[in-house]
Amino acid sequence: MAELLNVNDINVYYGAIHAIKGVSFHVDEGEIVTLIGANGAGKSTTLHTVSGLLHSKTGSISFEGKNIAGVPAHKLVEHGLAHVPEGRRIFLQMTVEENLEMGAFTQPNANTPASLERVYEQFPRLKERQRQIAGTLSGGEQQMLAMGRALMSKPKLLMLDEPSMGLAPILVEQIFDIIRQLHQAGTTILLVEQNAQMALSVADRAYVLETGKITLSGTGDELIHSDEVRKAYLGG
Amino acid sequence: MKNLKPHTRRNLITFIGLAVVWIVVTVLRGQGVLGRSASGLLVPICCYVVMALSLNLTVGIMGELSLGHAGFMGIGAFTGIIVSQSLMRAVPSVPLRLIAAMLVGAVFAGIFGFLIGIPVLRLRGDYLAIVTLAFGEIIKELITCLLVGVDEHGLHIIFNYKGLKGVEDLHLSETGQVIIKGAQGATGTQPIATFNAGMILIFLTLFIILNVIYSRTGRAIMAIRDNRIAAESVGIEITRHKMIAFVMSAAMAGAAGALYGLNYSNLVAAKFDFNTSILVLVFVVLGGLGNMRGSIIAAVLLYVLPEALRSMHDYRMLIYAVVLIAVMLATNSPIAQSFFARFRFGRKGGDEE
Ligand SMILES: Nc1ncnc2c1ncn2[C@@H]1O[C@H](COP(=O)(O)OP(=O)(O)O)[C@@H](O)[C@H]1O
Ligand SMILES: [Mg+2]
Repeated sequence: MAELLNVNDINVYYGAIHAIKGVSFHVDEGEIVTLIGANGAGKSTTLHTVSGLLHSKTGSISFEGKNIAGVPAHKLVEHGLAHVPEGRRIFLQMTVEENLEMGAFTQPNANTPASLERVYEQFPRLKERQRQIAGTLSGGEQQMLAMGRALMSKPKLLMLDEPSMGLAPILVEQIFDIIRQLHQAGTTILLVEQNAQMALSVADRAYVLETGKITLSGTGDELIHSDEVRKAYLGG
Repeated sequence: MKNLKPHTRRNLITFIGLAVVWIVVTVLRGQGVLGRSASGLLVPICCYVVMALSLNLTVGIMGELSLGHAGFMGIGAFTGIIVSQSLMRAVPSVPLRLIAAMLVGAVFAGIFGFLIGIPVLRLRGDYLAIVTLAFGEIIKELITCLLVGVDEHGLHIIFNYKGLKGVEDLHLSETGQVIIKGAQGATGTQPIATFNAGMILIFLTLFIILNVIYSRTGRAIMAIRDNRIAAESVGIEITRHKMIAFVMSAAMAGAAGALYGLNYSNLVAAKFDFNTSILVLVFVVLGGLGNMRGSIIAAVLLYVLPEALRSMHDYRMLIYAVVLIAVMLATNSPIAQSFFARFRFGRKGGDEE
């Protein structure tokens, strides 16, 4: 399948801190690819660099074959890259529907009703709560809202930063069911997770990130059965 | 009225209320019920209402603290005075000159807002508060250094930063006239500001602000305030949208300043100091962040109150302080809030279309 995203040898710094040290990976159309790693490994930094919020000193990032390094973040949404940031960043004071409408900010207004319908189909729970203030949603619903909002821009690549973070196990299951459904509906997904078990179970391919470097890669199945991953991330 | 959107209905009521006040005040003045001193307050009240509305755009809608709003007012005041005084011969029509003064005052204040915004609005954190605070103080000092006069050859301007020059260094011809005399400020200005102009400016300001708030741009500005990272992630250009709000806010303060400046024959730059900035900020905070109607009411009440209490001498500031505390409690306590929420467009109830 065609390559959608190619990240080649990026190095990212926070001042003197060298957070990402020569990371390369790629995502093909239709795949779920996951980056797993412990807290502080550099997963969020990597996503921020792809979505234009941080910049790499070296290497290249290409999306659909076009170099996107240096393209400002707001332009990348128009190009079809959607980033669901870590920690359920939603507009707490707006209603559910207003949040979703903000997701279509870069789209022509005429497309919004159709996009809303599509997202409500994928997230029936959000439809039930259309007019509710987003700040009063439960944690799981807020995560769904953040994902639904990203889908409003009809992205070619959906990047999820730790969607399971801080959620009860049953909600984590629900979120991953939704990720599977989105994948079946044809969405390409780059998933960043600390929850290696869940992430590897849905992923086509996976990369292990440790202190800013990729130390392992393979299919989801390969990694779930690899000794190193089991020891470090799956508790045995 | 019933089938309008709640916010449209609410704003319509605000406009109708303003129109009623306008008519009532005009009638009262016509009948001589309003005394001289009360009439004298009308233009400054209008100016402070516009100041509060415009600051609410920065503080309430954009969500950033500005501590130098009076600086923009000062720029508007002195550019407005220069425009009006130097056009005296060329444009005899007073309304036209007033409009020109307010427009130029708005443009100049807007330009300064833009210049401040370029370095500051791209940063995160409370830098805007610090920089606007410094800006307000610096502008006041710079205006104090100005010597400006006009004669048939045009404007003569000296920037007297060493304090060594005097009015005679302007080399005005015999028919020339001094407009700004350094630390003495603007002297001999023809006061052309009117209450009607003030009301028109309030209407215009409110109309523009409300249109922005309910536009795509306004939703983006408020989204940035609510959650900057989320706003970035949906593709909103942060700096550009903040700039739009901030420059508009500065320009409106400039127009209010021009009107204010043209209400007095003498005006010193010290009027536009930190205290004035804080006064306007108090109007905005007490009226409610993002609540335009609240800003109008707070500005009128809190501007009139100290004047009305003038006869009470020593108790004046005490009563003022008590009223401030009462308003603060009323706008912040949950009980009072749920009480007031019944009367106004609130997110929690009555939001169904
Ligand atoms: N804003 C920042 N300033 C300085 N260091 C940072 C900043 N954000 C992250 N870091 C550092 O960069 C490294 C990677 O962080 P991050 O990408 O957030 O990791 P992860 O998402 O995998 O938990 C960590 O060592 C972290 O302390
Ligand atoms: Mg992270």
